Amino acid sequence: IVVMLASPAVMLALLMLNILIIIHLLSVISQNSAGQFFSSGHTNNWAVLVCTSRFWFNYRHVANTLSVYRSVKRLGIPDSHIVLMLADDMACNHRNPKPATVFSHKNMELNVYGDDVEVDYRGYEVTVENFLRVLTGRLPPSTPRSKRLLSDDRSNILIYLTGHGGNGFLKFQDSEEISNVELADAFEQMWQKRRYNELLFIIDTCQGASMYERFYSPNIMALASSQVGEDSLSHQPDLAIGVHLMDRYTFYMLEFLEDIHPASKTNMNDLFKVCPKSQCVSTPGHRTDLFLRDPGSVLITDFFGSVRKVELTMDAINLTDPIKQMEEDPVNGEEQKEVYSYADQLPVSEIIHQKPKQKDWHPPDGFILGLWTLILLVFFKTYGIKHLKHIF
Amino acid sequence: MGLLSDPNRRRALISMLTRLNAPICVVCYFAGVAWFMGLAFEPFTLRTYMSENAMGSTMVEERFPAGERALATGREFAAHKKKVGGMPVDWLVKNMQDRGLEVFTQSFSRTLPFPDENKERYIVKGTNVYGILRAPRAPRTEALVLSAPCSPGDNNNQAVGLLLGLAQYFRNQIYWAKDIIFLVNEHDLIGMQAWLEGYHHTNTTGMSWSPLQGRGGSIQAALSLELSSDVITSLDLVLEGLNGQLPNLDLANLFYAFCQKIGVLCTIQGKLQRNDWDSVSGYNHAVQTMMLMVMKQASGRPWGDHGLFLRYHIEAATIKGVNSFRQYKTDATTIGRLLEGMYRKLNNLLERLHQSYFFYLMPSLSHFVSIGYYMPAFGLLAVILLLRALDLWVQLNTPPSTTEDGVADIDQVRHTLLSVLTPLVISHLTGVALYALPIRFQETAVEHFPVSETEAVVLTAIAIYTAGLALPHNTHRYYIVSTVPDVRGWRVLKLVAVLYLAVLLGCTALINFSLGFILALTLVPLAAFVTPHVPKVLSAFILVILSPACTLLFSVFFFQELQDMPVSFQDGWLLYLSVISQGILDHSLYGSLVYPLIALLVYPCWLLFWNILFWK
Repeated sequence: IVVMLASPAVMLALLMLNILIIIHLLSVISQNSAGQFFSSGHTNNWAVLVCTSRFWFNYRHVANTLSVYRSVKRLGIPDSHIVLMLADDMACNHRNPKPATVFSHKNMELNVYGDDVEVDYRGYEVTVENFLRVLTGRLPPSTPRSKRLLSDDRSNILIYLTGHGGNGFLKFQDSEEISNVELADAFEQMWQKRRYNELLFIIDTCQGASMYERFYSPNIMALASSQVGEDSLSHQPDLAIGVHLMDRYTFYMLEFLEDIHPASKTNMNDLFKVCPKSQCVSTPGHRTDLFLRDPGSVLITDFFGSVRKVELTMDAINLTDPIKQMEEDPVNGEEQKEVYSYADQLPVSEIIHQKPKQKDWHPPDGFILGLWTLILLVFFKTYGIKHLKHIF
Repeated sequence: MGLLSDPNRRRALISMLTRLNAPICVVCYFAGVAWFMGLAFEPFTLRTYMSENAMGSTMVEERFPAGERALATGREFAAHKKKVGGMPVDWLVKNMQDRGLEVFTQSFSRTLPFPDENKERYIVKGTNVYGILRAPRAPRTEALVLSAPCSPGDNNNQAVGLLLGLAQYFRNQIYWAKDIIFLVNEHDLIGMQAWLEGYHHTNTTGMSWSPLQGRGGSIQAALSLELSSDVITSLDLVLEGLNGQLPNLDLANLFYAFCQKIGVLCTIQGKLQRNDWDSVSGYNHAVQTMMLMVMKQASGRPWGDHGLFLRYHIEAATIKGVNSFRQYKTDATTIGRLLEGMYRKLNNLLERLHQSYFFYLMPSLSHFVSIGYYMPAFGLLAVILLLRALDLWVQLNTPPSTTEDGVADIDQVRHTLLSVLTPLVISHLTGVALYALPIRFQETAVEHFPVSETEAVVLTAIAIYTAGLALPHNTHRYYIVSTVPDVRGWRVLKLVAVLYLAVLLGCTALINFSLGFILALTLVPLAAFVTPHVPKVLSAFILVILSPACTLLFSVFFFQELQDMPVSFQDGWLLYLSVISQGILDHSLYGSLVYPLIALLVYPCWLLFWNILFWK
């Protein structure tokens, strides 16, 4: 009633107010979508894919790893960001009736070996020590770039392990094992060295869930093909080749991944549903308590793909002005960052008795003072107090 | 105080031991025999299973197509064999070369110590022909062998044909990781021995052979084929080898697994498996199968060409094709597929077969008894000997009724031990005579008696054996000391003899359980009961019945019964003579140890007991 009685000027003012409100809301919304656009927080993707078993009858483990490698490459992670470790060469094994191929489907439908496979660690180089060195980055300076995991604190890393395992361990090459405690400690080292932003750990072995029980570093999500006490089963044999070609969990995961393309929005909850007990016979498990984001908001391509965030703009940006240095202004309210300096790990000067560095002068300790007092007291005790006057 | 150091308890134990000795021995004996018979009862056996991970299950695709062509090749081989009158070496060499193998020959010759009447040969000269299929991509470090014997007459032609057919098929495949050697050996075991000695650069039996020009690598497994008809109804697996050695059970498991997959009837000892283990006839069947295996293992001869591979730690078996009157017939293509499947699985091996058992008994092809289950049967029999020894020791240590002073006692003990030495030495010299003399004096025997060389050897052996029975009447004169003949002397001799027998049978049972068990069955009772005080005539008769020679005679009759081919006494006796001659031949040709064991060790031991019986 009040509005209807208002004059046109008041109405105009109200209209302007509405428009302002709408614009404000719109900006807020755009800010939210922009926030969502950059919600994952990672800028690059890495993958470490490991097959730990050798011998011809473990063909399926190599096929598992190669199929994950193929999916990850297809979704965009380049070879320079993939560390592929294969413990044995199945493609060129003397017993392979189709040399230079590794098949993942029977009747030889899908050759996962292809002609552009880059294996970084091969044969006897796949050891527990090398695997842990790759993860933690403690490699000798002569290691080539292709064998290093050069991740930083904005990298999302996918780690896939397959082979023969048991309750709390994974067998490497028939001669050694890695335990779940070692793996958890390696991930903690990675966290402390800021070598990952988020980590997805997938393991396809018997009793695989035992391997992620001990993780304690943040931002790790883990998937396993079977629980403790269960065996992961192989999928199908190929009679012409004479071995089992894939394990069930990885087979159904591969089928799931074949539907993912770089722009798909499928999230981790769908990955958790891959291979239910009816298909896999074992019960797959997952662990998300260490992960900070909600798994429903984590895209598959956050780990399996290397999706570059692209911001399209129609505005022209003027670059003719010289670029001014931004001055550091402590008054701005920003926190003053501490200046870090390296601890002196090798004090050479002290070792070879050179002139020591100038240190700040400290007043003498109480200990030295006490010692001198004691000496003086003893002196005066022996020689009598009357000698004091000779001093003063 | 402890159980054994407290004198009261000790006396109580000793008195219990002496009182109950005979009953416990009898109980142990029957328990041992019952345990052995119980081994064939199916709930006490285990099902066979594949132990080697690398061989895995039978999931290969067999695609061998050329069974008919293989049979045609076999017929061609038979024709050439008849034309040449022996092994058609040139035809075989050309044929193998046409199939793309690297072909080599080896000639060998051997003069047998005396003519072999079973196979009618004396001076043996022959040639082995073998072709090597090199693995396309693998280094030449390992090999598999497929062999077929070249037998005179119409035997085993199809085996050679199938071998050549498989060679051609295998040559076209690229998945071989080991070299495959296709061997056709002449004069079956003698040729095989020559080939193996040449391959491994050993010369243990004094054969002369030409060195092998081509070689494959260390042999991982070998199969020998015996196939004499175009159509077969079942396949028989032969496992027993030289000196009772058996191949790894995984080889039998592999064969059985493929038989089931392809659907061929498979037998062992020629007997088909039955499902009714809880009925009496089913149990009988299983016992018969097991006893056949025990008999064959105890004889120590190789029952197929594969038997000589086992000595070189190469797992080998013989597959025999049997054509009997059954409805379902299998053709050569199916057998070829079975062999193809087995060789593809053997190809997957990474190391020698070692995961499964080396010592076992098989009451049927799908069930087995391992050494842990059958050894207690022998152990119960050996316990009898130990109990007897303990009893004798106790008797020796209780002072006699007329006590003498310590010095004379010690003298007596020493003299008793020395006097024990005399029968021991004489028995062993007789054993050496039994071992060496038959072959050495066969010419003199042939001069003086109207017999052939083989008969001369065998009859000399039997003569020396019987002459040994006359010994006790003479050994008394050769005692070294002339003190009062000791009444207790026989106890010392028996103690030594019983312990000697226990050690001997124990060692034999470890290597060849069947031989040890059969000898124990007969020798342990006589060792237990024989003393100078038992009725002489009856005991002498029983001792002769239980002696190794008579055990062998009964075993021959029993073996023929088990194979459902009972023989009359005349034929049985002739068979017995031929068994002795084969035993002596096996020893000199292949190094079988059964004849030396019986002649040099078991027979002297038995003579010691004969000596005790006639102790004065």
